[in-house]
Amino acid sequence: MATQIKSPERGLAEKLGALRWSLVLLLALIGGIGCAVLYSAGGGSAQPWAIRHGVRLLVGIGIMLLLAMGSVRFWFRWSYAIYAVTLLLLLAVEIMGEISKGAERWIDLGFMQLQPSELMKIALVLALARYFHSAWLEEVRNPLYLVPPLLLIALPAILVLKQPDLGTAVTLLAIGGIFLFLAGVRLWKFALAIGLGGAALPVIWGAMHGYQRRRVLTFLNPESDPLGSGYHIIQSKIALGSGGFWGKGYLQGTQAQLSFLPEKQTDFAFTMLAEETGFVGATVTLGLYFLALALALSVALRASHQFGRLAAMGIGMNFFLYIVINVAMVTGLIPVVGVPLPLISYGGTAMLTVMVGFGILLCIDVNAQAQIPRFPTEL
Amino acid sequence: MHQEADRQRVFTRRALFVGACQTALFGVLGSRLYHLQVRQASDYALLAEDNRVNQRLLIPPRGRIFDRQGRPLARNVPTYRVRVVREQAKDLGAVLERLATLIRLPPERIEEILAKSKVQRAFVPLPVRDDLDWEEVSRIAIRSPDLPGVVLDSALLRDYPYGEILGHILGYVGPVNEREQADDGDPLLRMPEFRLGKNGIEQSYDKALRGRAGLSQVEVNAVGREIRELARDPGDPGDDLQLSLDVELQRFCCERLSNELAAAAVCLDVHTGAVLALASVPSFDPRAFANGLSQRQWNAWRDNTRHPLVNKALKGEYPPGSTFKMVTGLAGLEAGISPSHEVFCPGYMSLGRSQFHCWKAGGHGRIALNDALGQSCDVYFYDVARKVGVDAIAAMAHRLGLGQRLGMDLPGEKPGLIPTSAWKEAALGEPWQKGETLVTGIGQGFVLATPLQLAVMVARLCNGGRAVRPWLAQGREEADAPSIGLDLAHLQAVLKGMNEVVNGARGTAKRAALTMEGVRMAGKTGTSQVRRISRAERAAGLHKRKDKPWEDRDHALFVCFAPYDAPRYAVSVIVEHGESGSARASPIARDIMTKALEIDPAGRRLVAQR
Repeated sequence: MATQIKSPERGLAEKLGALRWSLVLLLALIGGIGCAVLYSAGGGSAQPWAIRHGVRLLVGIGIMLLLAMGSVRFWFRWSYAIYAVTLLLLLAVEIMGEISKGAERWIDLGFMQLQPSELMKIALVLALARYFHSAWLEEVRNPLYLVPPLLLIALPAILVLKQPDLGTAVTLLAIGGIFLFLAGVRLWKFALAIGLGGAALPVIWGAMHGYQRRRVLTFLNPESDPLGSGYHIIQSKIALGSGGFWGKGYLQGTQAQLSFLPEKQTDFAFTMLAEETGFVGATVTLGLYFLALALALSVALRASHQFGRLAAMGIGMNFFLYIVINVAMVTGLIPVVGVPLPLISYGGTAMLTVMVGFGILLCIDVNAQAQIPRFPTEL
Repeated sequence: MHQEADRQRVFTRRALFVGACQTALFGVLGSRLYHLQVRQASDYALLAEDNRVNQRLLIPPRGRIFDRQGRPLARNVPTYRVRVVREQAKDLGAVLERLATLIRLPPERIEEILAKSKVQRAFVPLPVRDDLDWEEVSRIAIRSPDLPGVVLDSALLRDYPYGEILGHILGYVGPVNEREQADDGDPLLRMPEFRLGKNGIEQSYDKALRGRAGLSQVEVNAVGREIRELARDPGDPGDDLQLSLDVELQRFCCERLSNELAAAAVCLDVHTGAVLALASVPSFDPRAFANGLSQRQWNAWRDNTRHPLVNKALKGEYPPGSTFKMVTGLAGLEAGISPSHEVFCPGYMSLGRSQFHCWKAGGHGRIALNDALGQSCDVYFYDVARKVGVDAIAAMAHRLGLGQRLGMDLPGEKPGLIPTSAWKEAALGEPWQKGETLVTGIGQGFVLATPLQLAVMVARLCNGGRAVRPWLAQGREEADAPSIGLDLAHLQAVLKGMNEVVNGARGTAKRAALTMEGVRMAGKTGTSQVRRISRAERAAGLHKRKDKPWEDRDHALFVCFAPYDAPRYAVSVIVEHGESGSARASPIARDIMTKALEIDPAGRRLVAQR
C-alpha cells in the first residue's frame, strides 16, 4: 500500500522553489493595502495603527513561510492535540469570563491579546481534515460516523456563542458544514439539517442576548435607531455611497476623517478604503481577495491526500468567510457581527490566524504529493 | 485505491461547487457595492455633506433708533464675555482660581462651572461671566499666558441711553418664545442668542431692525467639533430707524408729569400727525430687560396699580369729559344749529323725571356756542345733543378720529368707545335712553378716548379738517391727509370757542395762556367723572369733597393747539384722578406746548418775528 511508503524529505531549496510565491505576494500586497488604509485611518499618520500593522504583517509573513517549509505530516499528527489545547483555552476564557462577570474573549500574552476563538478556526479545520482523511466514503455515509465530527464542531461553536461572539460561531458552523459537504455527506442530510435549523430559529432567538437581538432588529431597519445601534450601518453606507465611483481621494474621506465612521481601523476598514478609493478601489481589493481564494482552491484540488485537500479548503473557507461577512456587514447586507477584514483590519489575532492558515496551506501545496497514511499510527 | 479515487472525485466535484458559490457571493458583494457606490452615489454624497457641514447663523447687528434730531435712542454696545475651554485649560479648577483673583468670580460660580464642565464636551466653551467691564477685560488680556483656555469675546447688547423716558415708546428686546417662533419663519428666531423686539418700536419695526441673518458653513466632525470654516455670508445689518420723536421734548414731558401719580401726554404735529412726544408715567426702564429681567421686578411692575408697563397715552381709555364738547358742537353746527343760537342754562336740564346738572350750580344764563365752549357750559351741549341725537354725535366723533384705532406704529393701540344706539342694543341688549344722549354730549357715560385720540382730534380740528393719523417712524409722512369734509366756517366757530377757553375773560383755562409774546394757544379743559355722582351725594355737597379716595376722583384733562393763528402742534394731557382739568392738566399742557414751540426751529422763528 502506498500508505506504507514514507515520502522522501526534500531539501529547503527544493521546497522554496515549489512554494507558490504568487500567493505569498498577493497576501503581502493585501497586507500592504491594509497599512495604507490604517495610515489614513490614523489621520495621515503611521501612528498608532499603520506601523504596528506593518510589523505584524512582516512577522506574519515570516511565520507563514516558516510553516510552509514544515512537514505536512506534523499537522496531521498533532491536529487532535492542537484542537484539544485550543478547546481548553476557549474553556479557560469562558471560565475567566464567568469569574470576572464580563465577556472576556482573549488571553493577554503581553505583546498581543490572543483570542482562542480565532485559533479554533484553524484547529477545527485540522481536526476535521484529519478525521475525514481517515474515512472512506462508505463510512462517511453512515450516520453514526458523523457523530464525532458534529461534536468537534458543536463544542467550540457553543463555547464561542456563549462568549458571546455570533460572527465567529457562525464561521465555525459554516466551516464544519463545508467539511461535511466536501467529505461526501449525502445532500438530503443537509436539507434535513437546514430544515431543522429553520425550525430552531425561534429557539435561537430566545437564547440570544439583548444586544444581539437589537443588532438583528436594527439591521432589518437601521433608520429606526439612527443614533443608537443603527448608527454604524447608516454611517458606513453613507461613507460607501458618497465615495462614488472614483472615491474622495486618499486621506480625503470625510466620513472617516471626521469620525462619523465608527471603528474605521477595525471592522469598518473596508468602508474607509471604499470611501477614499471609490468603487474602483473596493472592487480591486475584492478582486485581490478573490484571486487569493482561487489559488487556495487550486491548492486544494492539486493535493494528492484527503487531509491536504480538506484542510486547504477549510483554510480557504475561513478566509472567505471573514471577507464575505465583513463586507456584507459594512454594506448593510447582514447585521453588524464584528468580524474583521483579514490583513486590512487592525488586529493581531486575525492576522495571526490568517497567516498560520496560509502557512499550512502553502505547506500542503509544497507537499502536495506527500503520502499520508489513513491513521497516524502508521506513520 | 478506488476508495481514494472515489472520495477525490466527490471532493473535486463538491469543491468546485463551493468555489462557484464563493464566486457567486463575491458577485453579490460586487453588485452591492455597485448599487451603493455608483447607482446611489449622489444620494449618499448629499448625506455625507449633510453630516460634514454645519450651518451656523450669524446674528446681524440690530438697527439703531434715532430721534428727529439724530440723537441715538437705541444702540448696540459691545459687552465682553469670558469663557473657558476645558480641553485647553488642562486644570480647569486652577485656571478658574487664577481668574478669580483678576475678576469678581464667587466660589459658588466656580463650582457651578466645574459641575457643568463634566457634562459638556471638552472643546465646548463654558460661559464664566457675561458683563465684564473694560478694566476686567484688560486684566484678563494681560495675564492671558497664565490662563490657558480662557477666551474673551464680545457680543452686542441693546442699550437705551435715555432709560425710562422712552420705555413705552421703544419697548425692549427679549428672548424668542415658542409662539413667536411658530409665527415667524425667519431662521434667526431659532438662535438662542437672538433677541426679538418686544413692545414699542422694537416690536412694530422688528423685521426692519433685525436685518438678515448671515451664514457660516463650518465643517464639523462626528462629535460636533468645528474643523474649519468653508464659506461665510455676513448677512445684512438691520436698518436704522429715525423717529419723529424729539427726545428733548419727551424728556420735558416726562419730567413735567413726574409729579403726578399717573398721567399721560401727547404732542403731535397737526399737519403731518408726526408724534413729537408721547409720555406716560409711571414708566419702566427698558435697560432692565437687557440682561434678563428678574421675576421680582416684573411682578412689582405688573402689580403696581399705577400700571407702569401700560402706555397710557395709547392704551389708556378715559371718559374725555368736556374735551369732547367740540365734537358735540360741530355736530350741532352741521345739523344746522347756528353759532349764535342761544340756550338758557339754569344750572341743570330736566328730562322726564331726571335732572342733568351743569358743573356750575347757578347756571350760565343765556349762552351761545362761543361762551358755551369758553365756560364749558354743560346745559348748552345737553341741548345740542338732544337736538342732533347720539348717532350724529358719534358720526362726528369718528370723523375726528375717536372710537377707532388710528394705525399708530406702536403695538397695542386701544380704540376707545363712541357709543351709538345700535352699539348699545348690540353690546348691552338694551334700548338707548334719551338721558344717555345728553351725557354723551358732554363726553361722559359710555364715551371713552385715549390721550392720543384726543390729540389727533384737536389736530384734525385745527389743520382745516384733514384726517391726519399719528406716527413715529420717519418715512410714513402723509403730505396731504384726506379731508374729513367739514365746513371751514363751522371749524372756525369751534376753534374760536377753544381760544375763548384760554384767552377769554371768563375762560376755564385762563391760567394756561402762553407767556410767550405774540403766540396764543387755544384749548379745552375736561374734568371727567370716574364715578357717577348720586343724587344724595350732590345734595350733601359730597361730590366736591377733597377727601374722596384717589381712585374715585375725577380725571383732569386738557387738549390744546398753538399757535392759534397758524397751528403747528396739538397737545393732550391727562392726569388720572387729577380732579380738575383746568387747575391740574392745563398748566402741564401749556408748559409742554411752550417747550415744543421753543425747541422747534420753525417755532423759534415764529417767536422771533413777532
